[in-house]
Amino acid sequence: MSFFSKFFTKDKKETLDQGLEKTRSSVFEKITRAVAGRSTVDEEVLDDIEEALITSDVGLDTTVKIIEALEERVARNKVMNQDELMQMLYEIISGLMQHERGAWEDFELPKTEGPYVLMVVGVNGVGKTTTIGKLAHQFKNKGYNVVLGAADTFRAAAIEQLGVWGERTGVPVVKQEMGSDPASVAYDTLQHAVSKGADLCIIDTAGRLHNKKNLMTELSKVRRVMQKVVPDAPHEVLLVLDGSTGQNALLQAKAFSEATQITSLAVTKLDGTAKGGVVIGISDQLNVPVKFIGVGEGMEDLQLFNPEAFASSLFNK
Amino acid sequence: MFESLSDRLEGAFDVLKGNHKITELNIADSVKQIRRALVEADVSFKIAKDFTNTVKAKALGQGVISAVKPGQAMVKIVRDEMAELMGGQAEGLNLTSSPAILLMAGLQGSGKTTHSAKLANYLLHKKARKPLLVACDVYRPAAINQLQVLGEQLGIEVYAEVGNQDPVSIAVNAVKHAKSNGYNTVIVDTAGRLAVDEAMMDEIGRLHKAVAPQETLFVVDAMTGQDAVNTAKAFNDVLDFEGVILTKLDGDTRGGAALTIKSVVNKPIKFIGTGEKMEALDVFYPDRMADRILGMGDVVSLVEKAQEQFDEESARKMSKKISQDAFGFDDFMEQIQQIKKMGNMKDLMGMIPGMGKALKDVDIDDDAFKHIEAMINSMTPSERQQPDTINGSRRKRIASGSGRTVQDVNNLLKQFTDMRKVMKMMQSGGGKRGMMNMMRGMR
Ligand SMILES: Nc1nc2c(ncn2[C@@H]2O[C@H](COP(=O)(O)OP(=O)(O)OP(=O)(O)O)[C@@H](O)[C@H]2O)c(=O)[nH]1
Ligand SMILES: Nc1nc2c(ncn2[C@@H]2O[C@H](COP(=O)(O)OP(=O)(O)O)[C@@H](O)[C@H]2O)c(=O)[nH]1
Ligand SMILES: [Mg+2]
Ligand SMILES: [Mg+2]
Repeated sequence: MSFFSKFFTKDKKETLDQGLEKTRSSVFEKITRAVAGRSTVDEEVLDDIEEALITSDVGLDTTVKIIEALEERVARNKVMNQDELMQMLYEIISGLMQHERGAWEDFELPKTEGPYVLMVVGVNGVGKTTTIGKLAHQFKNKGYNVVLGAADTFRAAAIEQLGVWGERTGVPVVKQEMGSDPASVAYDTLQHAVSKGADLCIIDTAGRLHNKKNLMTELSKVRRVMQKVVPDAPHEVLLVLDGSTGQNALLQAKAFSEATQITSLAVTKLDGTAKGGVVIGISDQLNVPVKFIGVGEGMEDLQLFNPEAFASSLFNK
Repeated sequence: MFESLSDRLEGAFDVLKGNHKITELNIADSVKQIRRALVEADVSFKIAKDFTNTVKAKALGQGVISAVKPGQAMVKIVRDEMAELMGGQAEGLNLTSSPAILLMAGLQGSGKTTHSAKLANYLLHKKARKPLLVACDVYRPAAINQLQVLGEQLGIEVYAEVGNQDPVSIAVNAVKHAKSNGYNTVIVDTAGRLAVDEAMMDEIGRLHKAVAPQETLFVVDAMTGQDAVNTAKAFNDVLDFEGVILTKLDGDTRGGAALTIKSVVNKPIKFIGTGEKMEALDVFYPDRMADRILGMGDVVSLVEKAQEQFDEESARKMSKKISQDAFGFDDFMEQIQQIKKMGNMKDLMGMIPGMGKALKDVDIDDDAFKHIEAMINSMTPSERQQPDTINGSRRKRIASGSGRTVQDVNNLLKQFTDMRKVMKMMQSGGGKRGMMNMMRGMR
């Protein structure tokens, strides 16, 4: 269990950790298998490492980058033992995961004038609403006053879904009817938050594919309208990515960045299988930090993510 | 970021240009490029590897190396192989039992509920069935509610049991309800579950046994990455499903997961989801998917989509005009109105070979035609009929009349001329073969 304390900043129930154990051990094992018993870095070893990284969903670009970095550092066919090779891989991978804008140490809000406004965006079905429920739970536990805004007015019963999370976590939800203007709901939510002196305001939005221009423009409008109430809102725009998404995740991040200047990422559904490699690729390719990971459907199943710790745990450091 | 296979191969063979003695060793690099292109399209690594080995053997066997354009010859082998792997004809649903029971299964957020409703709607209106929707997701907050809202929108009954936490018994009761109320089709929506969640997989296994569905459909997000292998296999092990629904293809994913799933479980993809609206359900065409994965566009879909919208009469009129070179801006305007009915512009443009790549960083408004229409509206009737007469000063007038620049007008005229050429080409080629020639011409 020891590595989990380094892996994620928060120690969680054992059941949660088991899901992540799979990711860690699987990526690690695949790489180890690829280099096991090899004494030279030849084409075959490199191919096997490529396979290990790609099947862990690290992504092609990042994989190629890692392979090339490796090639640069070792002369072809040089004799080298397994430990040396693993050390080299560790250095390369952890180097890729470093970020200027760091992780959150705890569920603690930066100081703002008025409520801290967090807008949650992403494509359909990735886990936005669920992540909001989990965040509400965490911040409420820390003693913050939280308000949720049901600005997904499009999907059937999306408002009710957030409503259930509000009840579960004991947090008020500001809503209008299905089909109403999302910007108007966001506006109401912020006003409510300001008048009640709330600390945190989380806005749910409808899932939208990033190639739909008009839907992306709608997000910019929600953003603008919120600023009428809280001038520097939103303080955080969280893009939620589904951990089982392939290469499209990067395109999503790019498009959402352009439309709403995302400031952080959450990667969900990592309780599944060996999908965690995706956070390596994401951390490398995007200059927005992964702050949260979702590891289940319950209220507790959200963890803060720390890339450095992740990289070292990957290699049993 | 995304290079299509054709681009990658052209690149790989450029390196070899001038070297006539291409050997097995030399071909290895392009084989690697193919593998990477596939992996980039989210085909599972192992499937991509098997695939490229087959392609390599075929390429060596068919003497691709000595072809005039080895890159293209290689692309052809890849495309044919891919289309074959993706399967033959589109397969429909088997609904002979009474009632016919459909079970929807898959990961969280893949689109099960939406597609339960879409299918019910499709079967009601296109197949004259009497469907009953069944809400068996007792876990996700407001999941039952979601299906009820959709059912209400569609005027289709939803069977739900408030307070019953056992999906198996709900499904069994629903089938009874269907039988005694004259429903001949039962569509069971279930909760999303991870393939590694043993308790939940066991639950759906029991549900499956209890109602013995005729069509169990695995609903999967087209954006799925490498994990598609494990997920598809795990669901198939438990359910031995009849088919797959591939959702969210209205996005810009290549959809390599389709190839992975097809190869791993060898079950047909029966439908694709192309949007959140209830009508956004399409039949699956293997060769189109093959082209999409390879980044080759989807001309056939585009043309068929167009055909659905154009009424025969005006189509005949158009085609006559094209063959007589009498196609003018009035006709173009008429086409624009037709195209606007077909839906999202970027989706449509993306189907044109070569365009997918060109457009990936370009924004196209759904009202992209606004400016074009404005320019055409600023032309005189005779200019519209005889675009060749539009000279410099006329261009200036049209520009100021429509609030565009002369450059915009020039572009429009150039595009118009090109379009006429292409249309003529398509017409003389005729049918799908002609289309393929055109694709080759454009690449
Ligand atoms: N296993 C697992 N399931 C999750 C996780 N996060 C969300 N889900 C599930 O994924 C499904 C979709 O989650 P939602 O929160 O509704 O996603 P959304 O992005 O709000 O969806 P739309 O608003 O419909 O676009 C639900 O069934 C959630 O229970 C996670 O970390 N692990
Ligand atoms: N763009 C798009 N969105 C879809 C499609 N199918 C489902 N969705 C959306 O994806 C999300 C999850 O769908 P849902 O049916 O609730 O998934 P379930 O959890 O598997 O039942 C919802 O926001 C749907 O509106 C599709 O084909 N295209
Ligand atoms: Mg939601
Ligand atoms: Mg559902």
